[in-house]
Amino acid sequence: MTGLGSPRVELRNIHKSFPGVVALDDVNLSFQPGRVHALLGENGAGKSTLIKVLSGALAMDSGQIFLDGQLVDVTSTTAAQAMGISTVFQEVNLIPAMSVVKNMALARNNGRYGFISWKRARKDATDRLKRLRLDIDIERPVGSYSVAIQQLIAISRALEDNTSILVLDEPTASLDAKETASLFAVINELKSNGIAIVFITHFLDQVFDISDDVSILRNGQLVSTDQIKDLTRQDVITQMIGRELDEAEHTAADKSNFTAGKDMLVAKGLGRHRTLAPFDLTLRAGEVVGLAGLLGSGRTEMVKLVFGAIQADAGSIEIDGVKMPKISPQKSLRAGIAFCPEDRKAEGLIGELSIRENIMLSMQAKRGWLKRVSRKEQEKLAEEMIKALAIATPDAEKPVGQLSGGNQQKVVLARSLASTPRILLLDEPTRGIDVGAHAEIIALIRRLCADGMALLVASSELDEIVAAADRVVVMRDRHKIGEIDGKEITRDNIIQMIASQ
Amino acid sequence: MNQKYWPLLATITVFIALFVIGGSMYNNFLSTLVLGHILADNAFIIIAAIGTTFVILSGGIDLSVGSMIAFVGVVMAVLDSAGWHPLVTIAMMLAFGFLFGAFQGFIIDYCKIQPFIMTLAGLFILRGGCFMVTLDSVPIKHPFVKMMASTRVPLPGGGFLTTGAMVMLASLVIAIIIAHYTRFGSNVYAIGGDRESARLMGVPTRKTTVLTYATGGIYAALAGVVYALYTSSGYPLAATGAELNAIAAVVLGGTLLTGGVGLVAGTLFGGMILGLISTLIIFHGSLNSAWIMISSGILLFVFIVMHRFLIGSFGRQKLS
Repeated sequence: MTGLGSPRVELRNIHKSFPGVVALDDVNLSFQPGRVHALLGENGAGKSTLIKVLSGALAMDSGQIFLDGQLVDVTSTTAAQAMGISTVFQEVNLIPAMSVVKNMALARNNGRYGFISWKRARKDATDRLKRLRLDIDIERPVGSYSVAIQQLIAISRALEDNTSILVLDEPTASLDAKETASLFAVINELKSNGIAIVFITHFLDQVFDISDDVSILRNGQLVSTDQIKDLTRQDVITQMIGRELDEAEHTAADKSNFTAGKDMLVAKGLGRHRTLAPFDLTLRAGEVVGLAGLLGSGRTEMVKLVFGAIQADAGSIEIDGVKMPKISPQKSLRAGIAFCPEDRKAEGLIGELSIRENIMLSMQAKRGWLKRVSRKEQEKLAEEMIKALAIATPDAEKPVGQLSGGNQQKVVLARSLASTPRILLLDEPTRGIDVGAHAEIIALIRRLCADGMALLVASSELDEIVAAADRVVVMRDRHKIGEIDGKEITRDNIIQMIASQ
Repeated sequence: MNQKYWPLLATITVFIALFVIGGSMYNNFLSTLVLGHILADNAFIIIAAIGTTFVILSGGIDLSVGSMIAFVGVVMAVLDSAGWHPLVTIAMMLAFGFLFGAFQGFIIDYCKIQPFIMTLAGLFILRGGCFMVTLDSVPIKHPFVKMMASTRVPLPGGGFLTTGAMVMLASLVIAIIIAHYTRFGSNVYAIGGDRESARLMGVPTRKTTVLTYATGGIYAALAGVVYALYTSSGYPLAATGAELNAIAAVVLGGTLLTGGVGLVAGTLFGGMILGLISTLIIFHGSLNSAWIMISSGILLFVFIVMHRFLIGSFGRQKLS
């Protein structure tokens, strides 16, 4: 603990779960006045949920929030704001089509009987912007300003005279270096006024630049809280993605005498401007290639480029030595490539459809819509998949939305496998599922690989990669920075490669 | 010039252009007499469209408007034959419109139902209600109604404003004040622009949604009152499809169908353009009424395509 007098805000035993996922598990945190506290963690670690709870946008299941030593009940964003907890949410924070002054005046009292006094609203807006030394035309729509200016507008809107804690969720995600520097100048000034600042980001450099304290979350649990001066980059990365696990090291040993099959997919100079720098990648039969890197390093982008879900603007792909004329999801499916996306709710599964119907989707797409798969065939296939992957369900007609996270992930896999792919791309196959299902999925990956399939597995869990992969591709800042083979695959080696400058 | 006025300017330009074209084709077209008539004939649809403007600005839609107009008419007519004073029934029907709209808004927000389907239900319920009340056209004979129908304010140049037109202009002024000088008005734009952001910024989204549909409801009821006074009768099949004309007027007036962008004043000109088109074609005489819909349709099409390009610059700047 930092031990620097009384905290401004203290969170005690915060619990929050969503259907199928525990988002926050007994989290205890405190934020000190006049210090910048960075919150780190991969996607789904619980950062966003935590600040939504703190700012009243989400109700917690249990736990307590203390503000300056007083127990408070944060029921809404408006209530939080009145107490002095100001939050600037990621991306969604202003109404782009409305003018700056209208955004500033929204949900504020400046005028009687529900009327708005635009004279007062304008003065208020100008005053607020002045605090951040922002001199802009307040009548122009917010959307016509750069993202950096929008971010500053959102901050000045959130800051009240009584603001004691300011929460910034990924404020620098879309800023360039110069814009970030000016934002940091503002943060430092607010900090010197005694405001506690909570700063969420996935840029490690920025954490070391600006923060005083660092807390790391993983899978809804608080891993650690330290002062930044006691930490090295390597410590932070280890705590974010590495985890001591004997079992993992053990599996790595088994792979030492591995020999890969023939090249199945060869990407040459594949890339897209501003998304991912051109890279070479080879996937071989009977081999699992792991994709390691921090959040935002380009893991997902690489998988999507290979599949064609993101259109590449450079490079080419050869499958079995034949060059693909154009890379698109449909062409990839026909060529025997299957893809399981990271966000299974948004991209992978349709919750209202049954297990059988979800499994059929990709298979039907591969066959073309005219050749229908008979109901009998469908049922047979679904039953086989449920048995093969040990999906816990009474029957194949249960809507996927009612399954647990781990079983949903298995349905995603089943769906990909139903089209009998030769190359399988998995993005975060174990996201948001419990430990038991975790091990099952990894065992499944190894089994598929033994059957001669070529796999590419992107994961934020280093141990998962160490356990599953025969070869690891390491990513940093939207570049492929290297590959690690066979025996060399250890947690420490990967972390070192990511941390090396 | 602020970008947000561009669509309104385009609407006014089209209106003036159509008016001048009419003037060049027919004698006496460019007069306050024609203008007064267009205002009188379209007063009810413009009033309904003003209410619809709020609903569309909030990102919703209201299909119950036409049925509400007819329902208000038949109830007024039947109560008139039962001896009620029109002022009492008018007050009652306005309150009904407000409450019915509020109910629709509440269900839409509380049950997270698409506004389209909820107000479609409202359309059927109210139209069915009309047939429950009466199956025939019922005249309204109270002297108050006759007096209202004959009250006119002369305009320079031989034209005049009817009661309906004046009610319409007054309700327009009130709507402009609500939209631009009240917190509720700002909240409507906010939830139409980005509902989730608005919620996170502290906008009371449920209250705003309920009030938005209530506003739509009370304006639809007022349109019904004006229509009943204009025709001096109530008819259960009246104003069929008027909600679509109202939506067309709103869109022609420069309001974005996806919500968050638009001006109430534009709706007046949107409605006037629709009225002007039918007047032009009626003046021509030989063209049949099919052309009224065809030319309105073409104009609507041109406008929505134009908005697409005008509005593009309002959008949030996205990362590539």
